[in-house]
Amino acid sequence: MKRVQRYMIEIIGIILAVIWLSPFYLMIVNSFKTKREIFTDTLRFPEIFTFDNYAEAFKQLDFLKTFANSLFITIVSVSIIIIFSSMGAYALSRRKGKISSFLFFAFVSSMLIPFQSVMIPLVYIFGQVDMLNKIGLIFMYLGFGCSLSIFLYHGTLNSIPKSLDEAAIIDGANRFQVFWYIIFPMLKPITVTVAILNTIWIWNDYLLPSLVINKEGMHTIPLKMFFFFGEYTKQWHLALAGLTIAILPVIIGYFFAQKQIIKGVSEGAVK
Amino acid sequence: MKKQTLWYWLFLSPVLIALISVVVIPFMFGLYYSFTDWNGIQSTKFVGFEHYMEIFKDKEFISSLWFTVKFSIVSVILINFFGLSLALIVTQNIKTSKILRTVFFMPNLIGGLILGFIWQFIFIKVFASIGDLLNIESLRGWLSTPETGFWGLAIVMSWQMAGYIMVIYIAYLENIPQELLEAAAIDGANSFQRFRYITFPLVAPAFTVSLFLTLSNSFKLYDQNLSLTGGGPYNSTQMLAMEIFKTAFSENQMAYAQSKAVIFFIIVAVISLTQVYFNKKREVEM
Repeated sequence: MKRVQRYMIEIIGIILAVIWLSPFYLMIVNSFKTKREIFTDTLRFPEIFTFDNYAEAFKQLDFLKTFANSLFITIVSVSIIIIFSSMGAYALSRRKGKISSFLFFAFVSSMLIPFQSVMIPLVYIFGQVDMLNKIGLIFMYLGFGCSLSIFLYHGTLNSIPKSLDEAAIIDGANRFQVFWYIIFPMLKPITVTVAILNTIWIWNDYLLPSLVINKEGMHTIPLKMFFFFGEYTKQWHLALAGLTIAILPVIIGYFFAQKQIIKGVSEGAVK
Repeated sequence: MKKQTLWYWLFLSPVLIALISVVVIPFMFGLYYSFTDWNGIQSTKFVGFEHYMEIFKDKEFISSLWFTVKFSIVSVILINFFGLSLALIVTQNIKTSKILRTVFFMPNLIGGLILGFIWQFIFIKVFASIGDLLNIESLRGWLSTPETGFWGLAIVMSWQMAGYIMVIYIAYLENIPQELLEAAAIDGANSFQRFRYITFPLVAPAFTVSLFLTLSNSFKLYDQNLSLTGGGPYNSTQMLAMEIFKTAFSENQMAYAQSKAVIFFIIVAVISLTQVYFNKKREVEM
């Protein structure tokens, strides 16, 4: 009985997994079809495999350039968020008092504000100081991303005893040395979590880049995809090939780091 | 003493400057603008609560709000139902547990914009093909009516977020001591009783987390809305975030859009603060 039950659950699970994957399967299978074949039937396997769609979509997406833009913005933003959030959280955790409590409260409460509520003035103000560019975008990611990251770092830092810092300071180290050589290496597990959460968010973000760096040549993958899709909206063979190219880097990354990713996301959500 | 203060502010200044200039100042400005006739360049006078009064008469805003509320309620139910079901399946002692988790979680890594485009293909083309094959009329013309637009959005959202919520439930489920379940089994509790009296109470905190997380995520939805239906047909599937965006950047009514954004903030903040309240209450009870 027990065994039968277990098999039943396993079969239900597998059926659900197949349903879950079917949109990806259908996207990939149809991306190899000609325009005509998609028009007549989307369920069959392609009669003739064609890679032309991919060649064309790759060119239209200017994919190497677009990919490089996404990569640059994500890596720089995430690194800056890690460096400055961990430093900020360290300061807040080491000097307890009214000021620190207030600042911590301010960071946490800023998470209540949805992006749409600051979006209009934000674009206006940054436009006034001529910062609607990559640097401005990265700076904005620091502003929007630091709160959650500080919150996560703060939790871990509180469990690291202060006596460790004090011993190092008596030995003649300054605060920067204490933080970078002793404390920061101990934060590695939470740094992985912070990096994963911010990477998923920034890599996939569409709205902020669309408002800040909406210029030809600066487009990130989601931004480029939006215009590409608009242009080829009834040409599914190209659109599907483009979509497949766009998600490929994510799937490859997931394949290599799935354990850390799932763990990181779960930690970030539960806290 | 002085030196001690110096390092403190040095460490904090980058994040403080970023937070103040990216969130705090725009938020304050936004609040101020919402009471003026600001047009995106300048404001000439105070208009008091004029915009706010106007919002309650704005048919488009009200219908977006209503659509968003309906969508959020349906999504919260579907996501949590699927999320918990998936979590219960993959935490059983089955061989494919790991790979199933990987599969169910995957949609979360891909941006909402791209997912919406993929599903547009599924709803419009694949559904039509299945409809032709099996002769089911209701599978044709998806996303071209308000109802199919609504359910399309709900399906995409549930498909994407169920895996995320699954991960949260798993974290709690795996913390349940196995000895407890075994002891209950020895005492003659059947699997339903074990779920009802042991698993369920211990997973209860996960409900609070998941419920509010899905609620605020559904409420704030933008990317999927933009790419799947674009608000159409005839703005019937336009959610609040998109309505605000359109008022600001398509219709150029900046101050008016900003007062909608303030209302939006108040609703989202109330949702989140309710969660904080429930969490605190639970902590006190424990």
